[in-house]
Amino acid sequence: MSGEVQTIRSPGDRGVWAWITTVDHKRIGLLYAVSAAAFFFIGGLEALLVRTQLFGPNLEVLSAEAYNQLFTMHGLTMVFLVVMPVAAAFTNYFLPILIGARDVAFPRLNAFSYWLFLFSGLLIYSSFVLGGAPDGAWVGYAPLSTQLTEVVRMDFWTIGLSTLGVSSIAASANFIATVFTMRAPGMTMLRMPVFAWMSLVVAFLLIFSLPSVAIGLFQLFLDRNFGALFYAADAGGDPLLWQHLFWIFGHPEVYVLILPAMGIVSEVLPTFSRKPLFGYPFVVFSGAAIGFIGFGVWSHHMFTSGMGPIAEAGFGVATMIIAVPTGVKIFNWIGTIWGGKIKFNTPMLFSLAFVAMFVIGGLSGVTHAVVPSDTQQHDTYYVVAHFHYVLFGGAVFGYVSGVYYWFPKWTGRKLNEVLGKVHFWLALIGFNLTFGPMHILGLNGMPRRTYRYPEGLGWANWNAVATIGAYTILVAFLIFAWNIVRTHFLAKGERVGNDPWDGRTLEWTIPSPPPVHNFDETPIVHSLDDFWHQKYAENEEGRAVRIPAVTGGAGDDVDWPGAEPGTPEGIHMPSPSYYPALSSLGIAITGAGLIYLPWGFAAIGVGVVVMIWGLFGWSLEPVTKEH
Amino acid sequence: MRVAPVMLLLAACSGSGPQTALEPQGPIGRDIDGLWDLVLMLATFVFVLVMALLVWAMWRYRERPGDESEPKQLHGSSVIEIGGVVFSVVLLAFISVPTVRGLLDIREVPEGDDVLQIQVTGHQWWWEFEYINETGPGGSTLITANELHIPEDVTVYLSMTSADVIHSFWIPALNGKRDVVPGRVTNLSLIADDPTPPGEPIPGQCAEFCGLAHADMRIKVHVHTAADYATWVDEQLAPSAQPAPETPLDAGWQTFSTLCTACHQVTLEDVEGEVTTHGPELHIMSDDIEFRSSFGPNLTHLFSRDTFGSGTFTLDADHLSQWIDNPESLKPMMPDRNDLANGKVLGMPDLGLNPTEIEEVVDLLETWR
Repeated sequence: MSGEVQTIRSPGDRGVWAWITTVDHKRIGLLYAVSAAAFFFIGGLEALLVRTQLFGPNLEVLSAEAYNQLFTMHGLTMVFLVVMPVAAAFTNYFLPILIGARDVAFPRLNAFSYWLFLFSGLLIYSSFVLGGAPDGAWVGYAPLSTQLTEVVRMDFWTIGLSTLGVSSIAASANFIATVFTMRAPGMTMLRMPVFAWMSLVVAFLLIFSLPSVAIGLFQLFLDRNFGALFYAADAGGDPLLWQHLFWIFGHPEVYVLILPAMGIVSEVLPTFSRKPLFGYPFVVFSGAAIGFIGFGVWSHHMFTSGMGPIAEAGFGVATMIIAVPTGVKIFNWIGTIWGGKIKFNTPMLFSLAFVAMFVIGGLSGVTHAVVPSDTQQHDTYYVVAHFHYVLFGGAVFGYVSGVYYWFPKWTGRKLNEVLGKVHFWLALIGFNLTFGPMHILGLNGMPRRTYRYPEGLGWANWNAVATIGAYTILVAFLIFAWNIVRTHFLAKGERVGNDPWDGRTLEWTIPSPPPVHNFDETPIVHSLDDFWHQKYAENEEGRAVRIPAVTGGAGDDVDWPGAEPGTPEGIHMPSPSYYPALSSLGIAITGAGLIYLPWGFAAIGVGVVVMIWGLFGWSLEPVTKEH
Repeated sequence: MRVAPVMLLLAACSGSGPQTALEPQGPIGRDIDGLWDLVLMLATFVFVLVMALLVWAMWRYRERPGDESEPKQLHGSSVIEIGGVVFSVVLLAFISVPTVRGLLDIREVPEGDDVLQIQVTGHQWWWEFEYINETGPGGSTLITANELHIPEDVTVYLSMTSADVIHSFWIPALNGKRDVVPGRVTNLSLIADDPTPPGEPIPGQCAEFCGLAHADMRIKVHVHTAADYATWVDEQLAPSAQPAPETPLDAGWQTFSTLCTACHQVTLEDVEGEVTTHGPELHIMSDDIEFRSSFGPNLTHLFSRDTFGSGTFTLDADHLSQWIDNPESLKPMMPDRNDLANGKVLGMPDLGLNPTEIEEVVDLLETWR
């Protein structure tokens, strides 16, 4: 196989229009990635403003009004517009390739999911210029979120989250169908890479959890706009109903954010240790177990709400139980590098840091299961510290590891290792400076979501440290951004072939970047880590032994997919279509109209027409074009 | 007195302030802290163990230059998996027993005649306290705001609800937090060991995000000896004095009784010795919850407090003048969204008083101690 990069593109594949109409899972993955990166910098900027305001006691950098909008939007952005779409980016790009497929099951539905996500994000962000952003925290507890109906800020949140949910459900259905129907011959469920498994678990989590919050959001919308009384206590409604509906979604959501990162780490650690993943079935099933148990622990977010001691005891113990499969994963990751030959490349550094930081976040999570102790920690900076250790030190480090790991596959160029290591150490130090002290702040009584704090409570020094840490993180991620620009856009990165890391899974068998159809010939899979076993055998000691290079040919017993140049002619790929983007635009316009009732009925009319136009065009579109 | 700077220095070094949960000042707080210490110890043990394994493996199995050998392809070990699960389960079982026991303890409803019952109402953005067992002449109860006064070594049982959105009552040194939910009554027990020095109450604050001025919804707990507490109760139950007509303070009263009593209650004794409560009627919040709620803090003994604006500002004439002149310059509020007819108050409005009127009102308030 020559190192030459091959892509097959028809002339219509260039320009903005090609990106709008694309149904290629790889392009949609990149669209998700770029959008999420943009939202990541916006959400990070919001966090920096918040941290600047908290640098010292009683500062006046931000008004309370601005502060409440910024911390709400930071949380909402990072959860729904950054981590979820980043996970969607990796899943889109790599799930089909990892299971040996040429695309997802429903390519146009995939495009629809992306455009609806983007339009929902833009709709929510348009609130900043339309009188103010949502300011009721990302959890939007009723009746605070239903209190000021004259101000439409929280309607942006209600509608935006609802349409994002539609996008996620469509994407999840698509990924489930892809895994169940598109696997290459021989790719049994227990030969799937862990990342593919975790994507599947996440898709199920979303399908089952989103309806709960959808109902809640619908009721909130009715409360706010039509005088319904679901959450109005003085009329017999129940504010706690919202908390239950929200957290039945919200807790599985936490695993939605972290499991794909765990999947990435489970790919990176074996590759850079030159050993298989330790206890593959245990890692897979513990991931599934986390998914199941994750539906039974939602009320640990409500230990102070007054549920009664029996419910609190039950949810406390259930929460401890979920630590068991999580612990299993940690043991297996350590088992994976144990006895290996560890290369400390940047992806490996971030994955190792993921394990270390996740241990801290996991252990502080166990302290929340201790209910009496949690009544002190709940809604303080201790909790802020805990979930950032899980979602930043955990999820974000995992996804960054994935970026360094798979960047060569996306672009054909490796990110710079020196810049990568500077990025890594600054991010690790900055992260711990920012969120480590928050444990202490919380235990010393500092509640979260407070726009100022007085002197004399002993909080000033640690807050100053946290703010310095936050700026360190900014520097780290600017270096990351520069590394990406330099490597890809300035084309200064080292060019690589198909398999720069001596990888284990199918994506390394195909060119970097992959052709539109991924595989010239559908691969036939014989084992877990199939590609590795094409390259290496085991001697009697169990050590890996390189199989002499095989030149493909008829009768050769090594089925190294892509080892022989295939014939890309005659492969049918789905045609580009603008209808998915059009119908999601219709939904976004409808959403915007719902925010501004009753004047918005006009926009709703337009939006519904556009959506139906899009859906009609979509279903009647002939599939004729061929690559 | 010489001890104070040393204590301050110690507090600064340890980094914990008076609102810390780690230096409890009562038995309930201590129980929770004991549980925290146990869990922290176990978590530290697990953390050190896992980090040691991780770092050792990273060091021991790093790629060395010149080493061409390939590692053994170990695929897993059921013994280690089962061992890991058993290890986690045992450790968690060790935590879960004291967790459930501690939980049942802190949720226990205290019984007996010596339990001090206080009703707490959370408002945007202040706290109202009604001492339902402390009744004065005519059956009036003791109502105060933001500064809770309790006797030492007595179980105080709070029954709490909210007049608007969800709040959370939290005094870290005495107990964990408890949400204050509209339409429901939640409870919390407080027991304090020792009287607090004057001017150094135990601080706490609202812990559930409740809108604009959530950060400025603080609580101060003053702990007294039994005798001092009784004195405080008597003082609070007594009416303050209504200025006689044509006296210097009467000018302030004329302003106060036309504007301020739209929201604030005061119980005053006039020159003829007649005791009247001015201001809006207290309203019952809902059919199920017989809490009485005010629109604004009761001001009968305003200057017996150290702070105002829900424990946010030192109470003195300067601060108070600024507050009356332009409340939003001190604390963010939304008074333009007040809807008194429906019991909705989102802040103190700027009443447009001129400096003379403000001075007169403040002079009057200063006499209500």
